[in-house]
Amino acid sequence: MQAIQEITKANPSIAGSIEIPQTRAVIQLDNIHKTYTMGDVQVHALRGATLGIRAGEFVAIMGASGSGKSTTMNIIGCLDRPTKGTYILDGQDVSELSKDERADIRSHKIGFVFQGFNLLARTSALENVELPMLYAGVSGAQRHERAMQSLAAVGLAGREQNHPNQLSGGQQQRVAVARALVNDPALILADEPTGNLDSRTSVEVMEIFQRLNRERGITLVLVTHEPDIAQYAGRIVVFKDGKIRKDYPVKDQRDAAEELKNLPAIEADEEDD
Amino acid sequence: MDLLNIIRVAFRALQRNKMRAALTMLGIIIGVSAVVAMVSIGQGAQATVQAQIDSIGTNLLFVSAGAQNVGGVRSGTGDSGTNTLTVEDLDAIKREVPSVSMVTPAVNARGQLVAGNMNWNTSIQGVSEQYPEVRKWSVQSGEFFTDSDVRTAARVLVVGQTIADNLFAGADPIGQTIRVQNLPFRVVGVMVRKGQDAQGRDQDDVAFTPYTTAQKKILGSPRLQIAYVSAVSPDATYTAQQQITELLRQRHKLNSNDPDDFTVRNMSDIAEAANQTNSTMTMLLACIAGVSLLVGGIGIMNIMLVSVTERTREIGIRMAIGARSSAVRSQFLIESIVLSVTGGLFGILLGVASSLAIPKLLGWPTLISMMAIVGSVIFSVMVGIFFGYYPARKAAALDPIDALRYE
Repeated sequence: MQAIQEITKANPSIAGSIEIPQTRAVIQLDNIHKTYTMGDVQVHALRGATLGIRAGEFVAIMGASGSGKSTTMNIIGCLDRPTKGTYILDGQDVSELSKDERADIRSHKIGFVFQGFNLLARTSALENVELPMLYAGVSGAQRHERAMQSLAAVGLAGREQNHPNQLSGGQQQRVAVARALVNDPALILADEPTGNLDSRTSVEVMEIFQRLNRERGITLVLVTHEPDIAQYAGRIVVFKDGKIRKDYPVKDQRDAAEELKNLPAIEADEEDD
Repeated sequence: MDLLNIIRVAFRALQRNKMRAALTMLGIIIGVSAVVAMVSIGQGAQATVQAQIDSIGTNLLFVSAGAQNVGGVRSGTGDSGTNTLTVEDLDAIKREVPSVSMVTPAVNARGQLVAGNMNWNTSIQGVSEQYPEVRKWSVQSGEFFTDSDVRTAARVLVVGQTIADNLFAGADPIGQTIRVQNLPFRVVGVMVRKGQDAQGRDQDDVAFTPYTTAQKKILGSPRLQIAYVSAVSPDATYTAQQQITELLRQRHKLNSNDPDDFTVRNMSDIAEAANQTNSTMTMLLACIAGVSLLVGGIGIMNIMLVSVTERTREIGIRMAIGARSSAVRSQFLIESIVLSVTGGLFGILLGVASSLAIPKLLGWPTLISMMAIVGSVIFSVMVGIFFGYYPARKAAALDPIDALRYE
C-alpha cells in the first residue's frame, strides 16, 4: 500500500491509467443512469457512467453545469440513488439502499466538504466537528478527544471554542474538513471546496487535502469547475452530457505545500479576524 | 443516536435562539399558570364552603314555610304570604320526632339598633335559647339568653362582633342598652367572630333576640319563616327529614295528593348544591384557562414550522453527515416538548406564586391543587407532542440534497 503510493507519487502518470490489482476500488460505478421526472419531462442527468476510484486516489471531477457531475457527486455521496446501474462503495453495493441505510453509510464511510462550508451557526468549531460522531453513536469522551485531534490535524488547535462567525473563510473550511475526517471515512467528498475562497486560502485548503491524501492515504473526490484547482489532484474525470468524456492522470500535479512557501505570508492578518 | 444525545442536540438548538424560545414558552407559561391559578381559586372557594358546612354540622335540617315550588310557581321560602309554619308545629316536632334533638325557630327582621348616639341597621333574628347549640356558634362574652327569656319575651339582645364594634367601639357591650323601635333592649352577650361566608357576606352583622320577643315586640306577627332542626346524629338526618315531613303533613291536614306547604332540606343537599355550583365555576375557569394553553400550543407549532423552514440547510447538513430521518424528527419533536415542558414548569411556578398572592391581594381564598399541577404538566407534554409532531415530520421528510441547496 505504502509502496504503491510512493510509486504513484513519484510518477503520477501511473495513477488512474494502469490497473493496480493490489489496491481495491473504494468506488465502483457501473453503467450508472439517473433520470429525473420533472412534470411530464424526463431529464437524463446521467446516461451510463462507469468509474472506478481506488483507495488512496485523489480524483477531481470536472464538467460544466448540467454535465452530470453534481448528480454523480450526489450518487457517490449516497445522497441519491441511481435509476439504473450499480454502485459499490468500499465493497458494499449501495445502489438499492433505503434512506436510513444511506444515512448510516454517510455517517460511517463518507466525509463531506461543501462550497458554503455548511457549519452550524452559533455552534463552536469543536461541537461542529463532534456532530457526525453524535449520529454515529460515539461515546462522549471519545467524541471530544477525536474532535480535538481532527481540529489539530487541520491546524486549528486553539480555535476549538470559536464559532463560525469568529473564523475566516479558510478556517471555516478547515473546520468542515476536520468534521469530514472525524469518523475516519473511506472517502472524503469535496464539492467546490474552494468556490467561496480567495486564491491563497484555496491553496491552503488544497494543501490540507494533499497532505491528508499523502500522509494518511485518504481517498479524495473533488468536484470543481476550476481547472487550476483540479491540477492539485492526481487524476481528472471530465463529465459531459451525462457521460464521462475524459479520464486522465494529471501531468505536472501542483504541490500546494511548495506553492505556499513561495507565497507572501499573510496568515497573521487572517488570524486577527 | 440515543435519546440523551438527541435531547442534548435539541437543547443546543434552542439555546442558539434564546429569545425566540422564551417568547414561544410564554404562551405555555401563561396558559399553565392560568389553569393552576384558576383551579386554585375554584378549589379555595369550594374548601371554604365545605369548611362552613362542616362547621354548621351535617346533622342540621332546615324547615321553612311555604313550598319551594307550588303548581309551577316558585314561592320563595319564608315568603311573607305564607303562614304555614307555627310555633306549635315546632313543639310537635321536638316532642314527637325521636330522631330530632333540638329545634330553634328563626324569625327574620331588619331593624335599626340605636345605642347612645350611634345607630346601626342590621338583621335581627328571633331564635330560641338552643340556637348556639344547633348552629354550633357560641358566645364569646356574656351569655346567650335562656328559656325563661323566651317564655317571657324578654327584651334581651345577643349581638355579633360587627355590631359590637360599630355601636360600642371597643367598650364592653354587656349590660348596655340598645333601642329597637324605641324599645330598650339589654345586651347580654356577644357572639364569637365568624367572618365572611362563601358569598362574602359578613356573618357577624346580626343580633339575636328570643323569637317570642321578635314576634310580639318587633314584628307584631306570630309568623315563622324558618326553623333549624338538629338530628340526633348525621346518620339520622334523612330519617328525621322523612318523619318531619310526615308529621307536618298530618298536622296541616294535607291530602295524599296535595303538595307540601313547607320545605324540609338537609345540609348535605345544600352542601351538594353549593359544591356543584363551585365545581361548575372551577371547570369553567379551568376551561377558559385551558383555551389559553391551547393557543400557547399553536404558538409552539407556528414557531416550530418557521424554525423548520429557516433551518432547512441545517437539516440538510445533519442528514448529509449521517443523521437518519428519525434522528431529525426526534430532535424537532424534543425541541417542541422541551419548549412546552419548560414553559409548563415556569407556568406552575407562576401559577403557584399567584395562588399564594391572590388571597393577600384580592382576599379570595385559594387552595393549590396538586391535580391541576400534575394535569397541566401532562397537558403541556401532550401539547408539545401534538403541536410538534407535524413540523418534526416535515423536517424529517426533507431531502438532504434539496435541503443543502436551500437558500
